[in-house]
Amino acid sequence: MTDLLALRDLSVHFDTDDGVVQAVDGAALRIGPGEVVGLVGESGSGKSVTALAILRLLRPPARVVGGRIEFAGRDLLGLSEEEMRSVRGSQISMVFQSPRTSLNPVLPVGRQIERLLALHGAAAPGQARERAVAMLREVGIAEPERRAGQYAHQLSGGMCQRVMIAMALATNPRLLIADEPTTGLDVSIAAQILELLRDLGRRTGAAILLITHDLGVVARLCDRVVVMHAGQTVEWARVRGLFHAPAHPYTRALLRSIPRVDGAGAMEPIPGGVPSLLAPPPGCRFAPRCSLVQAECAAPVSVRTIGEDHAVACVAVEGAEWSGRGR
Amino acid sequence: MLSIERLQMHFPLRSLIPWRAPRVVHAVDGVSLRIAPGETLGLVGESGCGKSTLARCVLRLIEPTEGRILLEDVDLTALGGEELRRRRRDVQMVFQDPTASLNPRLSVAATVEEPLALHTELTVRARRARADEVLEEVGLGAGLRDRYPHQLSGGQRQRVNIARAIATHPRLVVLDEPTSALDVSLRARVILLLGELKRRLGMTYLFISHDLSTVRYLCDRVAVMYLGVVVEEAPAARLFGHPAHPYTRALLSCIPVPDPDVTPERLTFAGEVPSPIDIPAGCRLRGRCPLAQPVCAEPVPVREIAPGHTVACHLV
Amino acid sequence: MSLAALGVIVAVTLGAAAAPLIMPYDPDAPDADHALEAPGPRHWLGTDLYGRDQLTRIVHAGRVDLLVALAATAMALSVGAVLGAVSGYRGGWIDQLLMRVIDTIQAFPSFILAMGIAAALGNSVTNIVIAIAITHVPIYARLIRGEMLRIREMEYAEAARTVGNRQRRIIFYHLLPNCFPPVIVQATLAMGFAILTVAALSYIGLGIRPPTSEWGAMTAEGAGYIVSGEWWIFLFPGVAIMATVLSFNLVGDALRDVLDPRMKGV
Repeated sequence: MTDLLALRDLSVHFDTDDGVVQAVDGAALRIGPGEVVGLVGESGSGKSVTALAILRLLRPPARVVGGRIEFAGRDLLGLSEEEMRSVRGSQISMVFQSPRTSLNPVLPVGRQIERLLALHGAAAPGQARERAVAMLREVGIAEPERRAGQYAHQLSGGMCQRVMIAMALATNPRLLIADEPTTGLDVSIAAQILELLRDLGRRTGAAILLITHDLGVVARLCDRVVVMHAGQTVEWARVRGLFHAPAHPYTRALLRSIPRVDGAGAMEPIPGGVPSLLAPPPGCRFAPRCSLVQAECAAPVSVRTIGEDHAVACVAVEGAEWSGRGR
Repeated sequence: MLSIERLQMHFPLRSLIPWRAPRVVHAVDGVSLRIAPGETLGLVGESGCGKSTLARCVLRLIEPTEGRILLEDVDLTALGGEELRRRRRDVQMVFQDPTASLNPRLSVAATVEEPLALHTELTVRARRARADEVLEEVGLGAGLRDRYPHQLSGGQRQRVNIARAIATHPRLVVLDEPTSALDVSLRARVILLLGELKRRLGMTYLFISHDLSTVRYLCDRVAVMYLGVVVEEAPAARLFGHPAHPYTRALLSCIPVPDPDVTPERLTFAGEVPSPIDIPAGCRLRGRCPLAQPVCAEPVPVREIAPGHTVACHLV
Repeated sequence: MSLAALGVIVAVTLGAAAAPLIMPYDPDAPDADHALEAPGPRHWLGTDLYGRDQLTRIVHAGRVDLLVALAATAMALSVGAVLGAVSGYRGGWIDQLLMRVIDTIQAFPSFILAMGIAAALGNSVTNIVIAIAITHVPIYARLIRGEMLRIREMEYAEAARTVGNRQRRIIFYHLLPNCFPPVIVQATLAMGFAILTVAALSYIGLGIRPPTSEWGAMTAEGAGYIVSGEWWIFLFPGVAIMATVLSFNLVGDALRDVLDPRMKGV
């Protein structure tokens, strides 16, 4: 199965007054058509930057310093801005955090969808309004005709996010990138949004790259998972494989550190602190905090395949037992 | 230790038509709670349920419209001016945003020593010593005393907040979402710190959060709020193990567990939280609850279904 | 550029402070033998009608101008800060009342108002300072009130209350110092404007009384000599005003650029 999206060795640097921040270092991931892939990491791990890089939305002081982003056979990094614009919004869409601030405050939401449809030629001029209302209905907004005429500030956070999703899916993109789509939303609304994403993904056949720090969300929604730490992608696995047999020491530490509503698990904090990205350690960036650290960890880490569809960027993995959370 | 009796907080909305009776936001609508000394009561609910408003009422940052708040038999609601100011040494608060709750111009030492200066007769040297002691207790170390907030990480700032709150040995500490603004990996540390302080110093906490996983770890008893009222109250283990109220069950089922094989019973509440302005009669969840019956339009009885476990629902 | 401007200000200030020590001539003593001399080796910037050395007079005048500007700005800042802080924090009728007073002051064109106050009170140095200060109070009051409105919603303002502070201490010890960064920029710019005001007042005769040297008054004196050709009498004081005010503006702009990103952080 050919991948829909493949990131190879992507690196992004930020030029700041304090020096060069190496935000993303050699990131790699694959998404197949129709798959839901979760990109997990804490804040500062570089996951949002990676997403913006895919859509070529990064502006100076950020710059992509290496790697390839292959989408449907083309390297997105090599496209002109003109060509990229035809990709953005129509083939790859994005849903952001803070939905209310992502919507235009001075236009009714229906008009925003209509404009989007017109921009990408996805609807004939006379039908744009109907399509917009239909999309609002499809994302579960009650009374879509009335809501289409309302402004962002009149809608609740959950509804704004549904509008964002409607806009993202209006052009039937092949890939939807959702960056922390439920952060800041109430638990029950968040659950509804996640279900909506999953159902719409299935129905339209779009692949979803879900970026989050919440492992619970990943467990519920994703087919495969990629774990990021301090700008490096460290583990790639099917969702079951990741939770039942996590390989990378960071993944294990992360799973052990979260408090769980079902009471299982130890809740041990991860030792040490996130490394500075101004002067990151060479090789594996988790090495300074890792209990299995070895001399080889200071060199660029090779990726090992340790099981079916399960790879890890760690040299110390073999032989370490996972006795993590009980069932 | 703390007894909240029939607390109400109603915010009138200014109406454009002068002679019409103003509409009222029923932020807190008759809540009664008790916290025993050394206990940690968790107060959970989604946005708009009134938990933060309740916290501010306990601190008397806002004036409750009705009801009483008794701290060890002292009626906080009846105090005024200087007396109230003096009482503040016994009730302190840890705020949600670790950055916004620290004065950027005050050093760590100044922030932590201020409550001591305001409420105790300690000499300058004694204050310094006590502040250093508190900084050690929260895991910051006296070495950071001369730093400023912008030189600290998010986790460290939150510890300063906690240090400031416990400096005067308050009887009660109210924590308003103390870990929500923190990163996942920091959350564990702060939660463990709070647990440790509780054990070592015997602190009494009112812990407000929307994050049920954190609440489970830290709290002895939990109360669930919705639209200004408490719908269920129980010891933590019981609430999480045998939730009775449909809303509690729905909340718990919504929280994704980091285990792909666990698929909880999904009890969904349709729609969104309504506005706290026009509250329907009877059970406030009536419009959304999948188990609603005609009887739910009647005023809701509060029943004790097990020792220490009360539920406000017709159907339980 | 702004460093050069800063250099100018420092030079002017030092010169003004040290004037009696470094200037060879007495600024007020007439010397009829050398009246209206063009700039030359004895009098670098020439002399005026009474034979007084222009260079000495300009440097001495710097003391007056700077002092007046500084005093007026300090006074306006203090009064404006208190008004703005109380108004912003308390809100309600106090806010409304104080802001209407501020509105009244701002309703007058500032120079006309300064003229009016100076004319009413009489033109002593103190009264000039008061006149300028009054016209500047609204700037600071509004600026601080705006900042206060923003800051009083922050959690550390609430925290200051929960810890047990009295209201006065909350406003003046905790919140007001955090309102200052934009004020510093404004004050620097306003200093320049204050100098212009005192010079203009003196130019039209409502300002500092002769024989005290003051840049505006000297320029006024020199105006009469433009036609007759003694260009040095009005030019150098005019340049002094321009250079000093320009320098204050440049420093103020540079300060804003430096402080702005940090202001956003606070």
